Amino acid sequence: MSDINLKLHVWRQESRGATGKFEDYSKYAEGISTHASFLEMLDVVNERLAEDGIRPIVFDHDCREGICGSCGAVINGVPHGPQKLTTTCQLHMRQFKNGDEIWVEPFRAGAFPIIKDLMVDRGKFDTIIQAGGFISIRTGSAPDANEIPVPKEVSDGAFDAATCIGCGACVAACPNASASLFLSAKIAHLNLLPQGQPERYKRTRQMVSAHDEAGFGGCTNHKECEAACPKGISTDWIAKMNRDMLIATITGKDGKFA
Amino acid sequence: MKLESHAPTGDIEKRWDQHRFEMKLVNPANKRKFDVIVVGTGLAGASAAATLAELGYNIKAFCYQDSPRRAHSIAAQGGINAAKNYQNDGDSVYRLFYDTVKGGDFRSRESNVYRLAQVSVNIIDQAVAQGVPFAREYGGLLDNRSFGGAQVSRTFYARGQTGQQLLLGAYSALSKMIAANKVKMYSRHEMLDLIVEDNRARGIVVRNLDTGKVEAHTADAVCLCTGGYGNVFYLSTNAKGCNVTASWRAHKKGALFANPCFTQIHPTCIPPSGDYQSKLTLMSESLRNDGRVWVPKDPSNAEKKPSSIPESERDYYLERIYPSFGNLVPRDIASRAAKKMCDEGKGVGPYVGDKRRGVYLDFADAIKREGEPRIMEKYGNLFEMYERITGDDPCETPMRIYPATHYTMGGVWVDYNLMSTIDGLFVLGEANFSDHGANRLGASALMQGLADGYFVIPYTMGNYLARAGNNPMKEESAPVKSTVKDVETRIQGMIDKGAKGTHTPDHFHRRLGHIMYDKCGMSRNEAGLKEGLEEVRNLREEFHDKVKILGSGGELNSMLEKAGRVSDFLELAELMHVDALDRDESCGAHFREEHVREDGEAKRDDENYAYVAAWEFTGVGEKPKLHKEELDFEYVKLTQRSYK
Amino acid sequence: MQRALTLTRSTVGMKALVAVTGLILFGFVIGHLAGNTLLFAGYETFNGYAASLKANPALLWGVRTVLLASVVTHIALTMKLAGRNSSARPTGYKKARQDQITTYAARTMVLSGPLLFAYILFHLAHFTVPGLDLGGEHDVVNVYGNVVRGFRVPWVAGIYIFANILLGLHLFHGAWSALQSLGANHPKYNPLRKRLAVGFALAVAGGNIFIPVAVLTRLVGTDEQVAASDLHPLGAPEPQDPPMPTE
Ligand SMILES: Cc1cc2nc3c(=O)[nH]c(=O)nc-3n(C[C@H](O)[C@H](O)[C@H](O)COP(=O)(O)OP(=O)(O)OC[C@H]3O[C@@H](n4cnc5c(N)ncnc54)[C@H](O)[C@@H]3O)c2cc1C
Ligand code: HEM
Ligand code: HEM
Ligand code: SF4
Ligand code: F3S
Ligand code: FES
Repeated sequence: MSDINLKLHVWRQESRGATGKFEDYSKYAEGISTHASFLEMLDVVNERLAEDGIRPIVFDHDCREGICGSCGAVINGVPHGPQKLTTTCQLHMRQFKNGDEIWVEPFRAGAFPIIKDLMVDRGKFDTIIQAGGFISIRTGSAPDANEIPVPKEVSDGAFDAATCIGCGACVAACPNASASLFLSAKIAHLNLLPQGQPERYKRTRQMVSAHDEAGFGGCTNHKECEAACPKGISTDWIAKMNRDMLIATITGKDGKFA
Repeated sequence: MKLESHAPTGDIEKRWDQHRFEMKLVNPANKRKFDVIVVGTGLAGASAAATLAELGYNIKAFCYQDSPRRAHSIAAQGGINAAKNYQNDGDSVYRLFYDTVKGGDFRSRESNVYRLAQVSVNIIDQAVAQGVPFAREYGGLLDNRSFGGAQVSRTFYARGQTGQQLLLGAYSALSKMIAANKVKMYSRHEMLDLIVEDNRARGIVVRNLDTGKVEAHTADAVCLCTGGYGNVFYLSTNAKGCNVTASWRAHKKGALFANPCFTQIHPTCIPPSGDYQSKLTLMSESLRNDGRVWVPKDPSNAEKKPSSIPESERDYYLERIYPSFGNLVPRDIASRAAKKMCDEGKGVGPYVGDKRRGVYLDFADAIKREGEPRIMEKYGNLFEMYERITGDDPCETPMRIYPATHYTMGGVWVDYNLMSTIDGLFVLGEANFSDHGANRLGASALMQGLADGYFVIPYTMGNYLARAGNNPMKEESAPVKSTVKDVETRIQGMIDKGAKGTHTPDHFHRRLGHIMYDKCGMSRNEAGLKEGLEEVRNLREEFHDKVKILGSGGELNSMLEKAGRVSDFLELAELMHVDALDRDESCGAHFREEHVREDGEAKRDDENYAYVAAWEFTGVGEKPKLHKEELDFEYVKLTQRSYK
Repeated sequence: MQRALTLTRSTVGMKALVAVTGLILFGFVIGHLAGNTLLFAGYETFNGYAASLKANPALLWGVRTVLLASVVTHIALTMKLAGRNSSARPTGYKKARQDQITTYAARTMVLSGPLLFAYILFHLAHFTVPGLDLGGEHDVVNVYGNVVRGFRVPWVAGIYIFANILLGLHLFHGAWSALQSLGANHPKYNPLRKRLAVGFALAVAGGNIFIPVAVLTRLVGTDEQVAASDLHPLGAPEPQDPPMPTE
């Protein structure tokens, strides 16, 4: 087991709209175990800051297993840091070397206002889902689960899209601060499945509108989102969303059979 | 206080139907006059909030995360049970019921468990209709697997992300009702107290975590769906934010807390690697299907490269002690055996504290037998996760595993209607004590959470509201004001004292965890429990004296949040010791070293302990009062389990 | 039509219109290049081709209208989207975000686009506005001569070469991007999609650049050819009598 010293700079911002700045916490980031996770490194730094009477760095986190989508920061210019397909909480310090300079700043997008330090408000993702990210089925009214067979490829495809954890790294990475990757994954998950067909075009139209109204940028196919996505969500879903959206807009269809 | 389970009697297959028929209904036009608060948006909370809203009630839902979709249920991996018998392998509602009662080592209520097995089939239908992409066979129908040593394949799964997919389903239903203005969602709000008047729940007091503002919300009924309290052990597989605060506040307001000492330890977690360790990561139990567990016979070999240790120098202790089940013995047995090895100094991996905490889980034989591609196909994502965390490739060098707290069977006592001893306070999901007795079977927690939320609460809530009537409490009435005041005073007190404190909340939480694992963990004994009780009490006093909290209450303050949660864990820890001492038998996950059969197995005492221990709060540091709910077993015969 | 107009209400719809107009312009550029390669077939063929285009005003103006509408729509929407996109991140990263896989071409679309527009204006001025007469007096019929004379001026050729590098860049991203924007996507053909687009972009830019290069190196448009084209832009008439000296 080896310990490393880091040149750590962390973005500090008191509240929404306040001006923030990078603080140099190198003296609190000495002797960090390479087996610790990135958030555990911040825990250690926080504990030391508190000893010096400095308010701990605020960052969002919960599961620390890479599944809840709470965590996320831009580490040396890359959302979730240097390791591919890895959330900030799953990033481990063995990815860094002794003496490395590390800059940590929050996801930046107009639609994700900063709450404090590294924590941002991703409520707009919920707004997008509320616009149509569901299949309308009242509890208790479902037919037997095996009534509708779903071809395995279709089901697997829907699953691939559904693994999005809603972390927002795609927005942080996109040069346009577009949430297209998240949006398209959510749409594709439901639009692929037979259960999702009746509301397919209405869902697409409403969710795309909600995305635009929320203030996210549009997609110009940079694919940075895909590179940053910890779950490897593919930009192919964006093409699929575009197709469904165009059909919805041009034909004015609301349902598949409308 | 007499505990009334309100469990129906008669033919077990008809109990729930009969009960549903007997319950009162709320007139459809009147439903919108009732407000219901749902705290928690995990599987239990999201499903309850969505379903109650669909029925027409006005819902206010709360969670501490920034989005309801991030509740801890999202992390469940393995699967969800249901008695669909799609595999035609002999499963049935009755068999699932039987397995659950037996798996719980006869400490659960038969009526509840039967109902759970009954509605399990509807859960799968509901989830599929919502678009949950469960694994399928090539024919397009749903696939199942056998889980946690079950004899039938009744587990539905979505790769290793079943909880995520089920929660996204429930969250989508919830989102729809939010859009329909039937649910008002309060994310990043933490419940800090329950408003009670004449033993009736009237609302809750919450703190807006972003602004620090303390607010009261009143309603005709309150549902707590706030999850388990595994984090009392500090290191657990639970999310960092999981807490007992909501349940504990309700407990202090009069809700009995049942079987707190029933906590489940999961055997296959990635071991801690140092003092900075903040949580432990679960690796699916399925790994034990192909991995062989061993430790070096000679502790001096612990540092050696594992592959260089010859077969004759390895102790495959599970295969040795349990020849017929081998590496597939139930969770609690596997966990205890691993801890025993490490306690005896035979552990592997780095020293954490005073010993090496880890045993090998070796895939070398499986790889030799089936080839690396086949093994990677089965466990590839788990191997990657392991490598990401530890830096070791399990194909090259054996995994190291260690047990960690995973699930809490205990919780707020509820009757058959899921109502606590406070009228109008319902408790759902892992937060209640109900269905798993002394030990939970794999893939049954998701089932229970969704059963409670989708299929039980919609009926029992109507029944309660129809009887209680519609007379909402005003926000400016005395109980509301005094509860808000209490909360504000408590926060201010912590802030004032905290400014002069010396140690962070995490410091105390970590120390609490050490006591809990040592004294009230996988195996317990009277002397240890008594020591533990003392230590926890001392720690609690030290905590209130010395905890350091920077900043104020009127802002986002992560130290304050943490301190509040640790303070409640400290009180709960005491109760767990008391309960573990009271239960002078071994059963399920509660293993008292004094009660061991000759073969080393847990020895139940049905004569004296076939009861639910429901504790009444009498004051901090005071001895809680025990109420017993005796358990009858009409259908499942009491037997001792054996896995030899 | 009305529904098609509602496309402008979403980013996805606007982007689709950008793609459609972009593809129309792309189509024109390909056709234009094909026509321009006739330069290598000799001045007679080339000038004949130019004349035939002008001989059909209905077609000519039809094409011009579509092109103009496309350019206007393309520019208006790309600018609107670009404005929207840059305001979607009002506060930028303080420590620059590191690009992982996006290309130089993709990042510079908003630059290569307007520069192309400026180039088109210049190009139109070069050939269709009377009086500019780069490289020598222009003759409406001898387009061949005009082209060659123009490209013999090094800075003119330079502008064309530079502009077509930009065009190549614009299409390097644009051709693929348009397919994605229109939802033309299939897992099986996606890798092909990108290769095809890149191939076309290279072909168009390369072809266009080759023309001024060929002129500068006299691969095409030798002094004799130019002189001959001046005499008989549409080719020498059937030889009847030897030409009479005019003096
Ligand atoms: C790693 C892991 C794997 C698992 N795998 C499986 C499996 O394969 N199969 C299975 O059946 N079970 C599994 N379980 C168990 C299962 O996931 C949980 O028991 C179950 O999801 C609990 O659901 P819940 O709705 O009761 O609570 P949770 O999902 O924990 O939700 C709690 C909710 O309450 C809110 N909350 C908590 N406290 C407060 C407060 N004070 N104020 C406001 N809101 C609050 C939270 O925000 C959250 O929304 C697993 C558990 C873990 C840890
Ligand atoms: C010969 C002329 C042109 C051709 C063939 C062309 C072609 C294209 C194509 C195919 C696209 C891709 C559309 C998509 O991704 O959906 C595109 C995008 C774009 N074009 Fe053009 N275009 C031309 C001229 C212009 C001009 C004159 C401008 C600006 C004034 C311009 C600006 C843009 C911009 C900003 C984009 C968006 C780029 C992006 O996706 O990031 N283009 N163009
Ligand atoms: C080096 C390559 C090119 C050559 C030799 C060339 C040549 C010409 C010529 C000779 C004309 C005038 C025809 C006439 O007057 O009858 C013309 C017109 C035109 N060119 Fe080009 N061109 C080239 C590249 C381009 C490119 C790259 C574009 C677009 C981006 C373009 C766009 C146009 C347009 C829009 C017209 C006007 C068409 C009309 O009058 O309707 N050209 N070109
Ligand atoms: S698409 Fe990927 S990056 Fe974007 S929110 Fe989902 S998981 Fe995160
Ligand atoms: S990076 Fe942005 S531009 Fe599109 S492909 Fe991804 S959303
Ligand atoms: S903390 Fe849950 S994904 Fe990182």
